[in-house]
Amino acid sequence: MSGNSLYLTPSPHIFARENIRGIMWRTVASLVPPLLAGIYFFGLRALLLTAVTVATALLTEYLFLLLRKKDTSAVSDGSAVITGILLALILPPRFPLYAAAIGSFFAIAFGKQIFGGLGNNIFNPALLGRAFLMAAFPVESTVYPPPIRSIFGLDVITQATPLTAMKFSHIKTPYINLLIGNTGGSMGETSALLIILGGLYLIYKKYVDWRLPLSYIGTVFVLGGIFWLINPQKYPDPLFHILAGGLMLGAFYMITDMVTSPVTPKGRVIYGIGAGIFVIIIRLFGGYPEGVMFSILLMNSVRPWIDRLIVPKRFGEVRK
Amino acid sequence: MRLTFKGGVHPPYRKYTSENPIKEIGIPEEVIIPLSQHTGAPAKPLVDRGASVYRGTKIGELQGFISANVHSPTSGKVKRVFEWPHPVALKSLPAIIIEPDGEDTLDENIKEDADYLNASPQEIVERVKEAGIVGMGGAAFPTHVKLSPPKEKPIDTLIINGAECEPYLTADDRLMREHADEIIQGAYLILKAVGAKRGVIAIEDNKPEAIEVMERAVRDFPDFEVAVMKTKYPEGAEKQLIWALTRRQVPSGGLPMDVGALVQNVGTSRAVYHAVRYRMPLIERVTTLTGGALANPGNYLVRIGTKVEDFLKMAGGLAEEPVKAIMGGPMMGIAQYTLDVPILKGTSGVLLMTAREVELPRERDCIRCGRCVEVCPMFLYPTRMAYLIKNKRFEEAREIGVLDCIECGSCSYVCPARIPLVQYFKYAKAELRLLAQKA
Repeated sequence: MSGNSLYLTPSPHIFARENIRGIMWRTVASLVPPLLAGIYFFGLRALLLTAVTVATALLTEYLFLLLRKKDTSAVSDGSAVITGILLALILPPRFPLYAAAIGSFFAIAFGKQIFGGLGNNIFNPALLGRAFLMAAFPVESTVYPPPIRSIFGLDVITQATPLTAMKFSHIKTPYINLLIGNTGGSMGETSALLIILGGLYLIYKKYVDWRLPLSYIGTVFVLGGIFWLINPQKYPDPLFHILAGGLMLGAFYMITDMVTSPVTPKGRVIYGIGAGIFVIIIRLFGGYPEGVMFSILLMNSVRPWIDRLIVPKRFGEVRK
Repeated sequence: MRLTFKGGVHPPYRKYTSENPIKEIGIPEEVIIPLSQHTGAPAKPLVDRGASVYRGTKIGELQGFISANVHSPTSGKVKRVFEWPHPVALKSLPAIIIEPDGEDTLDENIKEDADYLNASPQEIVERVKEAGIVGMGGAAFPTHVKLSPPKEKPIDTLIINGAECEPYLTADDRLMREHADEIIQGAYLILKAVGAKRGVIAIEDNKPEAIEVMERAVRDFPDFEVAVMKTKYPEGAEKQLIWALTRRQVPSGGLPMDVGALVQNVGTSRAVYHAVRYRMPLIERVTTLTGGALANPGNYLVRIGTKVEDFLKMAGGLAEEPVKAIMGGPMMGIAQYTLDVPILKGTSGVLLMTAREVELPRERDCIRCGRCVEVCPMFLYPTRMAYLIKNKRFEEAREIGVLDCIECGSCSYVCPARIPLVQYFKYAKAELRLLAQKA
């Protein structure tokens, strides 16, 4: 045989089967059940909304890869699909389609590609897109329709989301409705149960470090509980805090975004606690009923600093 | 609960050859003995063109403290002393090229010592040094140096490493199954040489036959026991093995002797037995020849200096065209550009992989999944180190521990972005060495 036909790559010469593509597409798969639930509750309009955000995300990703003269095959790695789905899940189900497309474009273009594409973005693209829409379409962003169907004949809250109802009218939505998604809100806010299931799958696949959702939800629960104990008339109880709003989606799909969360186990705990504190501050004392989006975006911005400062203690390290 | 370390990975083990008994392979038509087969200074050639040599004749003398003798693996004539492709350096280095005469006549100075078990520690170390023994697990560190710790660093625990955690490799497994008595006697001699109190033979639990055989062998040696380790890569890495067995952490930049431990591979242990009893130098070894490209993969007793090309021909040739030739295992082995390279003292395996077995990685940007941090058995921060090195911030990479990297490859193995992390660390180590020389 001729020696010049041998590959000369560095060790190791074998690799784990998992790659970026696998991680991203299996995450997409885990989002299908909550998505289907959303479509069940809010009708085909919700499906149309998702189709628009996903298609726009893919198109934007492809265009920017082309403009940046990068390998355009990266468009099919699944990451843009995740951004599209997540954005649809956090928008009001009847959000104007053209505005959703603008938001999706913004998420990919300014949330991801402008930083250098997958792996280089500071902020979670879907959340950045949502924040942009909140500023650009403030009215459309806050009108939540009631679900078109209800389960078990339970009463459904109309107009206001459970958090809005709680914050401004002190009306509490039953836990069971929060858990199965039988409430007003965005698609992803409504079905805590399916989101938890998807999240557990991600933890099982090790795409999600359990420390992130646990420290985040745990902080909201404990801190929310402290305020509730101080004044149960004024503040909602901790269970309501963790079941209502986008906390579950945020805890399993947003704060856990690999690219925008810290790398080290200790860093992840700090990050989750920090975001949890912001949720409570915003929910109880801020102008918005919900604090999940800003809590994560705020922590996104300190993530590089956490990753630089939290260095694991080495094997055999002699601390000076 | 099996003993183990923290971190690590579970690659597919593919130990296809564990049921293939060790087969002796013939003497090739040409033998290449590089003067540098070990960590440290190359040996100084003692012979020149035309010299007659015999099996076991010393042909290269160690130079300096960390170095090792080299010997002729068979009888014949020295063809020349010239540069030859080297499988570790990946460039040509001085080697003694011998044309065997086929007689395989033993050097007359090699004589058995019937009373070898009563050899003094000094005699043991001297014979090991004379025999040119180096670590046969792959690192090839001169063994006599490891057997001569300074007085202020006494060794209490000897670990005989039969973990064989590299996928594909089965040479140590076969050695333990077939030559347990020689391994344990060699281990006893090492224990005596360093004055250790306790000896442990560490074997991963995927080798039940070897465990059984070794457990029987240690019965006559009350200082020894067999420790069953969890099958996990890199279980056999020196520092990880010491921690798993003693819960002592070798300090950063330190050596096993800093925590009173000494680790020797099972093959090395057997070579020590041969050196002390028969005064036989290290001129042959058991090497696993495996991979999808081979017609007859197996474990072979091969003369050191046999070219890979000749080795595989004598072992039955190729079944398929290989696209990658690796000296060592798939996790830490070195890809070769030619099959002219010789088998060295430290060559535990030769792996010839087909296109189906090989993934050619395409690097993407880090997505910060954190898997490299999770699996690093040295608890380092691979992704951050790679980032710093890419930006030529070598000093910062050193501060967070790049020099502690044992190059096991676990981080690169799990990286979903296929970043050649270990390669960056090797590069940084080389750069830091250069910077230190300039300073």
